[in-house]
Amino acid sequence: MKNVTPDHIVWLVGDGLPPARPMPPYSDVVCRFLGELSRDLLQNRANREFPDVAAFAFFCRRGNTEKLKEGFRDGRRRLGRGLAFHITPSNIPINFAFSLVFGLLAGNSNVVRVPTKDWPQVGIVCRAVRELLTKPEYGELAPLISMVRYERSDEITAYFSGRCDARVIWGGDEAVSSVRKIPIPPRAVELTFADRYSCCAISADAVLRAGEDELRRLADAFYNDTFLVDQNACSSPSLIVWLGAQAQEARGRFWPAVERSASRYRLEPAHATEKYTLLCDCLASGEDIRRVTMSGNLIYRAELSGVGGVEAYRGRLGVFFEYDAASIDELAGCVTNKWQTLSYYGLDAEELAAFVTGGRLSGIDRIVPVGAALDIGVIWDGYDIVSVLSRIVSF
Amino acid sequence: MFDFDEIASLKPFALDREAKESLFLRALGDLTAFHRQRCGDYRRIVDGLGFDASRVRDVLDFPFIPAGLFKMRDLSSVDRSLVIKTVTSSGTTGQAASRIFLDRNTAASQTKALVRIVSDFIGNKRLPMLIVDSRDVLKNRASFSARGAGILGFSMLGRDVTYILDERMDLDFNATESFLERHAGEDILLFGFTFMIWEYLYKALRRAGKWLPIERGVMIHGGGWKKLQSEAVSPDAFKDALRDVCGLRRVYNYYGTAEQTGSIFMECCEGRLHCSVFSDIAIRDHRDFSPCQVGTSGLIEMISLLPRSYPGHVILTEDLGRLTGIDDCPCGRLGKTFSVEGRIPRAETRGCSDTYEKRHA
Repeated sequence: MKNVTPDHIVWLVGDGLPPARPMPPYSDVVCRFLGELSRDLLQNRANREFPDVAAFAFFCRRGNTEKLKEGFRDGRRRLGRGLAFHITPSNIPINFAFSLVFGLLAGNSNVVRVPTKDWPQVGIVCRAVRELLTKPEYGELAPLISMVRYERSDEITAYFSGRCDARVIWGGDEAVSSVRKIPIPPRAVELTFADRYSCCAISADAVLRAGEDELRRLADAFYNDTFLVDQNACSSPSLIVWLGAQAQEARGRFWPAVERSASRYRLEPAHATEKYTLLCDCLASGEDIRRVTMSGNLIYRAELSGVGGVEAYRGRLGVFFEYDAASIDELAGCVTNKWQTLSYYGLDAEELAAFVTGGRLSGIDRIVPVGAALDIGVIWDGYDIVSVLSRIVSF
Repeated sequence: MFDFDEIASLKPFALDREAKESLFLRALGDLTAFHRQRCGDYRRIVDGLGFDASRVRDVLDFPFIPAGLFKMRDLSSVDRSLVIKTVTSSGTTGQAASRIFLDRNTAASQTKALVRIVSDFIGNKRLPMLIVDSRDVLKNRASFSARGAGILGFSMLGRDVTYILDERMDLDFNATESFLERHAGEDILLFGFTFMIWEYLYKALRRAGKWLPIERGVMIHGGGWKKLQSEAVSPDAFKDALRDVCGLRRVYNYYGTAEQTGSIFMECCEGRLHCSVFSDIAIRDHRDFSPCQVGTSGLIEMISLLPRSYPGHVILTEDLGRLTGIDDCPCGRLGKTFSVEGRIPRAETRGCSDTYEKRHA
């Protein structure tokens, strides 16, 4: 195991295994570093075509980390766990950067495996981090950050896993299961982000009340939650629940607006056949799809007569399953621990939270307005990531 | 239900647009109703898509099943006990295989259609036949690869059927040469998959520096150009190469898939692929599946009157192609003609569940 040669690993930032030298969460040096990283990323004009880089930079700004720090304060004394090893998804270009930041905010040294796919975003962030780390004021931080790229290799994964104090695995069930076969030290903790299912609840009345501008804003927000990532992120909704008596009329306003927002979406021929196959597979598998509405191949909608087996209906590339409910409580029976995000429009977040906690549901970790489904943060999948990646020094 | 034998008795390329449209409207209506009654998955799909038989005005109004669905589900319209053969095709390397269930009736129709179509190109006489493959492909008689099914189907067209590759895919010179001596002066039929012919017949002859006297041969090959394209071998280069190593002049390509074995599309001397009385084609725009005009590239929809044991009479393929004409091929055969541009390019899907990607062989 010792003879992992650098040939197999491309070191994008750093050049070796960082030492474990824990810092307190939200340390000044980390927050200063992130603030400067944010500025560098936003100042570079070339980055403007990458909204995800901009969103990441926005997250890193000093004002935000200060606010998070404030929210994190609980009177306890903490330190990072040591070395955090992050395995990040190939298909969401910016996720690796957030994972690094969570590791840093918690006070850890980090090895981040970046996507094997050559996303420009990876180069942009790694370059900015590398350059910033050469500044003398970040001399103490420089040895604590390594970013690596390697083709799937259990050997290399085992090398980092065997030396980490915390392992963070992003990705689906299969990815989590296969990495989990590779041991970590007995004391190490592990954070896993598995496959999730998400839904969106919309008040029909609110949609009918909305003016044209508001409707356009809503449709754009919905587009960002779904089409922007091929509706394939864990927090992209598959199920759309319509609440209120005038669901049919509300749909008649909502979907044409979404169609207009989604006119910029590029559906490749391979996506068209994949999407149609997905629809046919769903139709074949059960009796509870009442009817299908297709606006070209952009939006497929399947109206459900019940939500019993709804989890099997996972949309992708713009396939939505719709259900009309008199009350959100109708969902209580079918929510499992696979459910992650409940995005909403025209509803009261407080009431939705009460539906989850009062109903003692096994799932639904996030309740966010439509448009914020993909906004990742230090609280994710029901974890307080900074808390899990740090330890409490009690006295 | 329409009478298949009646259709099989027609000349395979003699129906003009109008005659074909009326025949297919009726036959596809019958088949759609038939499968709807017998295959639950199919019924749920066509009902879910809102198909209404009373509103059909055009052959293109019938619902199409995506080829990929045969990889995900076992779609069958007969009782399992009546299935005599299961044909599998992997499509693209590393992907799940599609599974096509054949009963006696459908398998017989496939053979009949194939013979009728090919005879129009090579004549009715059974010719001595060479198969550019190994007999090993046929080892398991109940479960066939698409390659095996193709070989078995085509072998019905010949006599003294001789396989010229051994189990290691080496060219068996002795068997080939003694076959050619036996049939000196006769017309000969050759069949094989495009890639196999190139790799194991052409290259083997090249390497050995041998020349085979097959000037009176007719070759039929299919299975796609994908593997040859990576070696930059064009259809013309393929033909020239075969002429060089064995004097072959009559070489016909065909387009067909495991999902619709039998009702293949033969390429004529004008380089156009032809629909027969058993089949039809449509090209659809991937953005909304609307039909494309002649000359416009789109997804290929294949229609066949053969499938009874599985609901595969109207299939949306993952291939791109374009119509080249209707009833106007200079070769004189009527019906739609088209060309195939190959498989749709793979597309990246964003998403978050693939961190530790599976390795493909």
